Amino acid sequence: MSNGTATMDRATSELTLDNLWGTPEGQKILSCMQCGTCVGTCPYGDVIDYPPRRIIGMLKAGQIETIVKNDGLLNCVNCYACMTKCPRGIPLTEVLLPLVKEQVLANLREVPAELQKALQNTFRYGNPMGESPRKRADWVKTSDVPVRILHQDPKPTDVLWFVECYTSYHPRGQDNTRATARLLHALGVDFAILGNEEKCAGECVRLAGERGLFDTLSDYTMKLLQKYRFKRIVTSGAHAYDCFKYQYPPRGFRQEVHHTTPFLAQHIRELKPRLSKKLNYTVVYHDACALGRHNGFYDEPRTLLQAIPGVKLVEMLHNRDNAICCGGGGGGMWLDTYYKAKGCERLSDRRVKEAVETGADVLAVSCPYEVSRFEDALKVLGYEKRMIVRDVVELLAESLEA
Amino acid sequence: MSVLVLLKMVPDVVEELEVSADGKSLDTSFLRTILNERDDHALEQALLLKERHGGKITVIALDAPDMDDVLFTALAKGADRAVKVTDVPEGLTTHAAARLCAQVIATGPGLLPVDLVLTGVQALDDLDGLSAPLLAQQLDFAYLGVVTGVAVDASGQGATVIKEYAGGVRGEFAVRLPAVLGAQAAEKPPRYVPVAKVRAAMKAQAIETVPAPGSGAGAALVEVQQMAKPVVSSHAEMLEGSPEEVAGKFCELLAKRGLL
Repeated sequence: MSNGTATMDRATSELTLDNLWGTPEGQKILSCMQCGTCVGTCPYGDVIDYPPRRIIGMLKAGQIETIVKNDGLLNCVNCYACMTKCPRGIPLTEVLLPLVKEQVLANLREVPAELQKALQNTFRYGNPMGESPRKRADWVKTSDVPVRILHQDPKPTDVLWFVECYTSYHPRGQDNTRATARLLHALGVDFAILGNEEKCAGECVRLAGERGLFDTLSDYTMKLLQKYRFKRIVTSGAHAYDCFKYQYPPRGFRQEVHHTTPFLAQHIRELKPRLSKKLNYTVVYHDACALGRHNGFYDEPRTLLQAIPGVKLVEMLHNRDNAICCGGGGGGMWLDTYYKAKGCERLSDRRVKEAVETGADVLAVSCPYEVSRFEDALKVLGYEKRMIVRDVVELLAESLEA
Repeated sequence: MSVLVLLKMVPDVVEELEVSADGKSLDTSFLRTILNERDDHALEQALLLKERHGGKITVIALDAPDMDDVLFTALAKGADRAVKVTDVPEGLTTHAAARLCAQVIATGPGLLPVDLVLTGVQALDDLDGLSAPLLAQQLDFAYLGVVTGVAVDASGQGATVIKEYAGGVRGEFAVRLPAVLGAQAAEKPPRYVPVAKVRAAMKAQAIETVPAPGSGAGAALVEVQQMAKPVVSSHAEMLEGSPEEVAGKFCELLAKRGLL
């Protein structure tokens, strides 16, 4: 489910700001009636100098230079809010904003240090944290269940589990990964991982404006995937899911792709009888932008949470298509210091305030960026005793019989 | 003005280093090399000077794995020429490498005359920071190290150079050009260059190669006898228990040692 279906059968990498007007996407953009809904719905609409409405107006007036010499668009967290609400169905987040952002990044006098480091690390080590690529699969040693690594045992697999970066390296991400391994194992899914051969799928560097880096990463991953036989990809990364679904097919990727949350929801019948441990939590679910607004997975995580005995599900004021982004998309994961220096409220802070107001004691998430972002925000705001953050898969694994 | 920047690859310590079987060198089987961080600062300083004064930047490097990527990145950032020295004898000492670089600068095509030679003041494998002063001595140029800022005079005959000392003290020096400068840090952090620009440089620009001149390396004056990982000593005591218990034990310990 997406508003920008026009881009799906063609590599967006062929588009540039110069050739845009001759394409169906460009024609769609020209249909903008300057209503300003995009500005109203943008989580940074109050601070961003050039929201989509103004960008389109200035593009039409031939004033693109002004926009790309301004760093304001770095605030765009690619949350798909403007695109979802656009009454003309213009592919803002899918097409226009990444094209403009690429030029913004190329024209920046100084790339914010955290972002620069993340991009350089991703190029060199295949992960934004700058961890050793030879340690990517080290978490497997701490897994309760066996995890097959394809380069050690390359026989065909049903599910190729694309683990992704934060889930491979971040201590809290590894909790998600161990939980996912237990769940896949419990369901009897035939799965294997790429291990140390895996590198970042590249979605967030692409949306941060580094299309060349995305090309390098996707070329690498496409070549790697051809080495192995598998039926489908299941990934822990919400952005990786988006990437395999929309960016990889024009590069020759033909297999099915699932994100872990909706994938597990498909197995709810087998899974539910196994969820025997009662968890007496009041849970509020935060919709990840890439899963919710961009792909319509609103019910799947909620169905899973409600299958856990003892869980009481509540909702935030802004939920489903109105959810507020955690601030980590589009490079935002590596721009917190920059936002702070500009005096912008961090979106993760804004989001946990709303979550705490519900009175829930668990904030459930399904994107690997959110665990550390929300845990940090809870600490910063002094709420760490009132609420904990858990990935949906962590809660499911906790409830799973021993 | 004409600026030469010397770039060098060093072991990347993100990967754990291993000593090879001979006990005298690094195991290169998993070793990856990365541009010496201070050399990256030297390049940035050169780019800032070019932005201010115009002129031409030539980056020079002795051949090493992944060197081409680094040289193309330098071209994408704004260097004008990239020169790679090939057929470099293995296991050069700092002394021999400096002599080789001096020969390349003296005899390589169009590298002289030069106003400034910039390179990192230190490297992981040259913590003494000998490369740059040895090079200056070979070329008979002035040398200043631990440099954090450069302003070239209007005449182009001299420069004002900021040198860093311990305790936040800085010195300002007037230096006659040509000179060799060992960069501690550029005036701003090394810039980012998008991968697409590096790819474009790979298509549009070329790396010039110069064979290593002569065999003037000479006999090594210093020899590595042994290389070993530090022996792990178990002096750290881990305090176990709940945060309250740990805090209690910690305070007890401080009191016992007379630190409270």
